[in-house]
Amino acid sequence: MATIPADTRLAARGTGTGRLRAVVKAVREAPLVAVIILGGLILVAVLADLIAPYDPTLPVKGAEMFAPPFWMDGGSLAMPLGTDFQGRDILSRLIYGARVSLVVGLMGTLVAGGIGTAMGILSGYVGGWVDQIIMRVTDAWLALPAIVFAIFLAAMVGPSMWNIIVILGAVYWTRYARVIRGEVLTLRERDFVKLAEIAGASKLRVIKKHILPNVMNTATVLASLTVGVVIIAEASLSFLGVGVPPPQPAWGLMLSEARPTLMAGQWWLTVFPGACILLIVLATQLFGDWLRVRLDPQLRNL
Amino acid sequence: MAQFIIRRIMYSVVTLFILSGTIFLIVRLTGDPVALMAEASARPEDLERVRHLWGLDRSWPVQYVTFMQNALQGELGKSFNYRLPVSELYFQRLPNSLTLGLAATLISLLIGIPAGIISAVKVNTAWDNVAKGVALLGLSIPGFWLGLVLILVFSVWLRWLPTSGSGDWRHVVMPALALGWYFAASMLRLTRSSMLEVLGSEYIKLARLKGLPDFVVIAMHAFKNALIPVFTLAGVNMVVMVNAAVIIEVIFAWPGIGRLLYEGIFQRDFPLVQGVVIMAGFMIVGINLVVDILYAFIDPRIRLSR
Repeated sequence: MATIPADTRLAARGTGTGRLRAVVKAVREAPLVAVIILGGLILVAVLADLIAPYDPTLPVKGAEMFAPPFWMDGGSLAMPLGTDFQGRDILSRLIYGARVSLVVGLMGTLVAGGIGTAMGILSGYVGGWVDQIIMRVTDAWLALPAIVFAIFLAAMVGPSMWNIIVILGAVYWTRYARVIRGEVLTLRERDFVKLAEIAGASKLRVIKKHILPNVMNTATVLASLTVGVVIIAEASLSFLGVGVPPPQPAWGLMLSEARPTLMAGQWWLTVFPGACILLIVLATQLFGDWLRVRLDPQLRNL
Repeated sequence: MAQFIIRRIMYSVVTLFILSGTIFLIVRLTGDPVALMAEASARPEDLERVRHLWGLDRSWPVQYVTFMQNALQGELGKSFNYRLPVSELYFQRLPNSLTLGLAATLISLLIGIPAGIISAVKVNTAWDNVAKGVALLGLSIPGFWLGLVLILVFSVWLRWLPTSGSGDWRHVVMPALALGWYFAASMLRLTRSSMLEVLGSEYIKLARLKGLPDFVVIAMHAFKNALIPVFTLAGVNMVVMVNAAVIIEVIFAWPGIGRLLYEGIFQRDFPLVQGVVIMAGFMIVGINLVVDILYAFIDPRIRLSR
């Protein structure tokens, strides 16, 4: 038994009212813009069935193709952001598209973070041959530009939303593995880890009780900054036709379908989905920056 | 030093070995190209003949060894679709990708360095905040969407620039901007942090104490040293941009290696895809090796620490 689990989080947790005060403080310091955008988008994605005016995959009955937004000549408030090449309502497709982006962004990050954190801990804590193998594989996978690797895998495996999640997880885990391994290498030399080992704690226990809790902050910050990257990668794959297959409403796919009409000046088909991607990625970046500073005061000066 | 270089080269060789093995396996695991390319009416014995012709009937290890032997001699196999050696197709397209990559690097430097310097010199002012905002937008705007919007504005509405293809400088401007935009943000961030570090160092304080004007301190003393890591990153970024410009090349119909990869994927042209992806790995492992060795020359601490 490890009798010295100097659980560093214990002190910080404090009493009940202290925790409440901490929560209130965190809320007050939160990046308002990012939280509002992200919260709004999550709400839209969850409630898509309720708020979307039309079915995103079917043409609106009686609607024209390429109808412009409502403020332009020929637009109507029934389809406020216009219709696409099949006469489908763009607003409805954007609303359902938020689901795809959020699910792929979050799940892809989770897969990447899960594999990467596990590999990083294994590599850093076990060391030796395990470390060599994991790090050489990491090097090899990092040698390919992420997007080229993802396009390559997606083209080989075939398009579906769940395939994309696994592929993006498989592409982006290496970044976690490197950083987490570095953290673990310094943690391994710290007194509380050494003492736990001397006290006879098994490797698994040391990892669970001492290593994992101490790399969680880093993993969380990395995750918050990866979500945006994964969302753009999904949009890129869908745009190239190797991502989410039609008729599903993904923002990248909408951009791809809008390409032939760009020359005709039907700008709304291109501008709206892209603006949505921009908005969601911007919000995750802002949130990630805030989280980075909050979880690691040493970074505040950078 | 020699020891450091040898070890570093060995690591690179191992990296390339794992990389090519992974790519080779993935390509083989995901389906039979002959069945996919053939017409539905093709006879089974014809399929068999084609498989034999392309060497696909041999075992994977044999195929891999043959592939590596050829690759080391600069021979990446023959494209199924074009009936030409992959290396020939590749080197035909490479100059176009290099042009685009160079132009995009220039753009990223032209945006990133001045903005980064201003941001560092006027740290925590409105200037700094504007620069931070630009960096944030650089990371948030998807490059391919920026490309589409540029086409919309400059080709469709203003009719200043051609929408796609290659030719004179007018064809390069938009794809280079769309490609370099993201990297401009990373240049900006690095220039800023590098300048901040140098500006806080002792020799800059001395220069200021000597009474040199601000401009001289920044332009003559700080600038030089702060830009070493920035130009290193620019070099690495350029190699990445040459290889990672797939979507931009597709949007602007730019005849580079990215579009070659895209075409190869949709025609299920295995040797072509395999060749282009492996060449990307070679180039990036190569530039990383060069950077590491150069840094070890400049800074003895690096070669002793490993």
